[in-house]
Amino acid sequence: MNALALPTRHDEAYRYSDLDALAGVWPVAREVLRVPAGEAAARAIVISGEAAVARHLLVDLAPGATCDLSLLNLAERFGRIAVEVRLDAGARFTLGAAQIGGGEATLEIVTEVTHAAPDAVSRQTLRSVLAGAATGSYLGKVVVARGANGTDAAQSVRAMLLSRGATANAKPELEIEADDVKCAHGCAVGELDAGALFYLASRGLPPASAKRLMLQAFLAEAFAGAAEEEALSGKALERLEALL
Amino acid sequence: MLKIHNLHATVADKPILKGLSLTINAGEIHAIMGPNGAGKSTLGYTLAGRPGYEVTEGAAQLNGVDLLALAPHERAAAGLFLGFQYPVEIPGVSFLQFLREAANAQRLGRGEPTLSGGAFLKLAREKAALLQMDMEMLKRPVNVGFSGGEKKRAEMVQMGILDPALAILDETDSGLDIDALRICGEGINAIMRRPDKAVLLITHYQRLLDVVRPDFVHVLSGGRIVRSGGPELALELEEQGYEAVAA
Repeated sequence: MNALALPTRHDEAYRYSDLDALAGVWPVAREVLRVPAGEAAARAIVISGEAAVARHLLVDLAPGATCDLSLLNLAERFGRIAVEVRLDAGARFTLGAAQIGGGEATLEIVTEVTHAAPDAVSRQTLRSVLAGAATGSYLGKVVVARGANGTDAAQSVRAMLLSRGATANAKPELEIEADDVKCAHGCAVGELDAGALFYLASRGLPPASAKRLMLQAFLAEAFAGAAEEEALSGKALERLEALL
Repeated sequence: MLKIHNLHATVADKPILKGLSLTINAGEIHAIMGPNGAGKSTLGYTLAGRPGYEVTEGAAQLNGVDLLALAPHERAAAGLFLGFQYPVEIPGVSFLQFLREAANAQRLGRGEPTLSGGAFLKLAREKAALLQMDMEMLKRPVNVGFSGGEKKRAEMVQMGILDPALAILDETDSGLDIDALRICGEGINAIMRRPDKAVLLITHYQRLLDVVRPDFVHVLSGGRIVRSGGPELALELEEQGYEAVAA
């Protein structure tokens, strides 16, 4: 495929995208993060604001390398972060990602994590909070190559809808060509628990504060233990407060 | 303090409360007893404003304030506390953080100064000690992993911190062992038995009333109070059952 051709709806990875907005930032440059054998890297990508933003990151983990990646997608119109990860033997990849949107925002996080060799570990946690008429999508593919025995891959994907007009798409996908692998994925789309909101209100918390507390807890799962946990949580909270 | 007049309420369009009237004065402790399905929990939820509990007729005032016109958090600020029969677990939200925000939101709502972090912690420590609860537990997420008895004691700690004028305690005694029942009961006495406060206990059993002695006992049946009396009424119920006494 010509890397410069604008994708269409038929491209699976762009199924829920805002192609008009994407056209304005196309083509998207590939950023590359290579982590040498046995070394560790941490990176955070935060996108926000009214301009359309698309990022595409390639992560290449040599044997025994580790990478902690945090993504925070707060774009107000269109924000897309695509991540392709290749894990060599014994490498470890941890992703903590959150997207928070309102209005007409289209937010996307697309990951393809390839366990190319044995005994690599991947952990992906994605949390979305969607208000107004926002759409948040997560397409997460995990590929376990032939011979990548001892693979341990897990994805946890949850989205919280704050209004009837908001949409969450979640598509975890597994492609396994090895034996002896452990792949887990959980996926849930829901609303804030009405019983919990009433419990907090009955103690005197106004509705917006009760929602904020519960959403903060929900989002905290994405950044627990991240190098920039505090800064990321702070930015997420600021965006949440603007939406509630 | 609390004046309920001819209260009718429905849940999912089904009438549950059918003309309930009750007056509770400051300094009094009342107990409501009654068979399952009589509407006891519905009374608590309706007064606290739980969504889905629709008032179709009647009035309820707390210290002259129309409770039914207020949102749930405003009812709390007006002085109402509901002790839940089944306290809700809220993963990730710390007890202390939420209680401090709640206490200060109530104070702001009443135009009172808010509590500093230090003053709040001191208050929380004092109330936790009163209910023999480890402060470490209050640093954990709300009710998560708490035993039935710990949840009920945590409810009483919250009541102590929030310092309401009126507490409606919905089966605080259910799920408690003998020691926890005594600790909760003594906690209720210490926090609420004051001339400017009042309590409505919802219970099935005499045993809580042995610790928290009520001034008045009411029998709720079919969505209305069908009999009222002094503490001796609870003993009569215990001996003869609801059917004989309510008939």
